[in-house]
Amino acid sequence: MYKILSIISIGSIPFIITVILVHGYIKGVKLYDAFVEGAGEGFKTSVKIMPYLIAIFLGIGIFKESGALELFSKVFATPGRLIGLPQELIPLAILKPISGSGSLAMVKELVYTYGPDTFTGRLASTMMGSTETIFYTMALYFGTIGVKKSKHTLLCALISHLAGIIAAIMVCKIVFN
Amino acid sequence: MINVIWFFMIIVGIVVSIINGKLEMINEVVLKNTEDAVIFAIGLAGIMATWLGLMKIAEKSGLINSIGKLLRPLMRLMFPSIPREHPAITAIVMNIVANMFGAGNSATALGLKAMEELQSLNANKDTATNAMAMFLVINMSSIQLIPLTVLKIRTDAGSVNPTEIIGTTLVATTISTITGVLVCKIFERK
Repeated sequence: MYKILSIISIGSIPFIITVILVHGYIKGVKLYDAFVEGAGEGFKTSVKIMPYLIAIFLGIGIFKESGALELFSKVFATPGRLIGLPQELIPLAILKPISGSGSLAMVKELVYTYGPDTFTGRLASTMMGSTETIFYTMALYFGTIGVKKSKHTLLCALISHLAGIIAAIMVCKIVFN
Repeated sequence: MINVIWFFMIIVGIVVSIINGKLEMINEVVLKNTEDAVIFAIGLAGIMATWLGLMKIAEKSGLINSIGKLLRPLMRLMFPSIPREHPAITAIVMNIVANMFGAGNSATALGLKAMEELQSLNANKDTATNAMAMFLVINMSSIQLIPLTVLKIRTDAGSVNPTEIIGTTLVATTISTITGVLVCKIFERK
């Protein structure tokens, strides 16, 4: 099962590339010239996003490594209990909106500590895919294009994140209990 | 908003590290994480250029217009302010597809392209448009069909059934995405 899914997942990008190239070839586009013309912008964008990435990585790093994350987990212990979130998963619920890669490392730790086939292991795995990466995405995407006022984006994302946590808990309770 | 959050994360972090007696940790993060950021940005240049090159081909061949036409009803509903067949639509669609298949860096490259296209339609350059808010809420929610990295972790950890979380993840992420889109739509009316 994992093998088949892995093939589908890995094959998706080569598939898209093939479709674009074959379609372009049929339509008589000068493929190589067009590719190079478009690709020129890539490096500029990468340099442009660098300061934002540095700022984000710095903020996330200090917040996570200093132990501030653990402190916040204690603050959110009571609201977590109210929605049925196991205490050991509260740091994940807080870290995920801040950093996707950081929370992946945390899921790995949780799965190894509690076991992949326990309720905690399954819920952590589910939450990784169902909750949002907010801070990183907003800082990078809005920063790059110079938008300062994000209007209702943050609030909508937070509500969506909370919905993701609650949905993960409920679905896992129904399926695995 | 981001100014406040960023300030808060760093100051709280420094204060907590003083309390925990781990102040030297800050120096380590300042060195290590900033270096990681630069390496990541440089690494992104390659994949970014690749997708922008491919999108240029798709633009010239008319594939972008075809995708735009195909998804017009859905896009009209979600992003009523984007003109038909605007390049923003293709970038958004391809970003969502890349996210679905867990191609994180490709998704980032296409997402940045989508934001630039949306910004070109923005009359008030320092304020987000409804389309941007909607796009980001969908993007952050990242409906990933196959959570490969999580499956890998579970397999490595010796799970009897590593794939059993695909279903629960799909249901939960669909609920969270729909919630985000609905809330976004409510705010758009204000």
